[in-house]
Amino acid sequence: MNKIMFFAHLRDRVGEESLTKDVSGKTISELKQMLEENYGLKLDSVMAAVNEEFASDDEVIQAGDTIAFIPPVSGG
Amino acid sequence: MNFEISKDPIDIQSVIDKVVQREAGAITTFIGTVRELTHGKKTLYLIYEAYESMAVKKLEQIGTEIKERWNGAEVAITHRTGKLDITDVAVVIAVSTPHRADAYEANRYAIERIKEIVPIWKKEHWEDGEEWIGNQLETVAYPKGKPEEKDLHE
Repeated sequence: MNKIMFFAHLRDRVGEESLTKDVSGKTISELKQMLEENYGLKLDSVMAAVNEEFASDDEVIQAGDTIAFIPPVSGG
Repeated sequence: MNFEISKDPIDIQSVIDKVVQREAGAITTFIGTVRELTHGKKTLYLIYEAYESMAVKKLEQIGTEIKERWNGAEVAITHRTGKLDITDVAVVIAVSTPHRADAYEANRYAIERIKEIVPIWKKEHWEDGEEWIGNQLETVAYPKGKPEEKDLHE
């Protein structure tokens, strides 16, 4: 299984802090496309992190990975 | 623990104390505070949210980058989360180095990097609404919509 985490406006939109789903074998960009279709999210300017490290769109998700979607940050 | 995310008000002196070292000739401290007016619009308060475990890792990465660039530097950073009122302290960065020019430069580097790679978001609340900030006005997080490859690993 995989944990998929959302932050900021994405969390408001999805209505959940995280989803638990098996998305192993998919690339980040395939997962983004799936979430865009199912939740009406816009993810083209959103970075993904896999296991707390930024990941590129072509990275393949492994079983047990935690994926987080990171909108442009605004700390500081 | 030189790199922290805190739900409680930041004790500025305790961040400074972490970088005290006999080799240092200077300590610079940056204190980021909540501003009332942004482009004429009045903020009532802010909510900061963090992906805490990753944010701590990214703050540590910034510390490592600074030590590689500025010889003998020590770094400590604490960032607040939760509800902050106008004038509250959102972030404290302390850097010590043997010479003062490096302490200023390295401290500036740290705040700019926080705005690029650390997963923290602020939600501004105004009299007529609220919005998560990112990629707009002066708060552009990534110039090209996302961190560039060099931003992530340098």
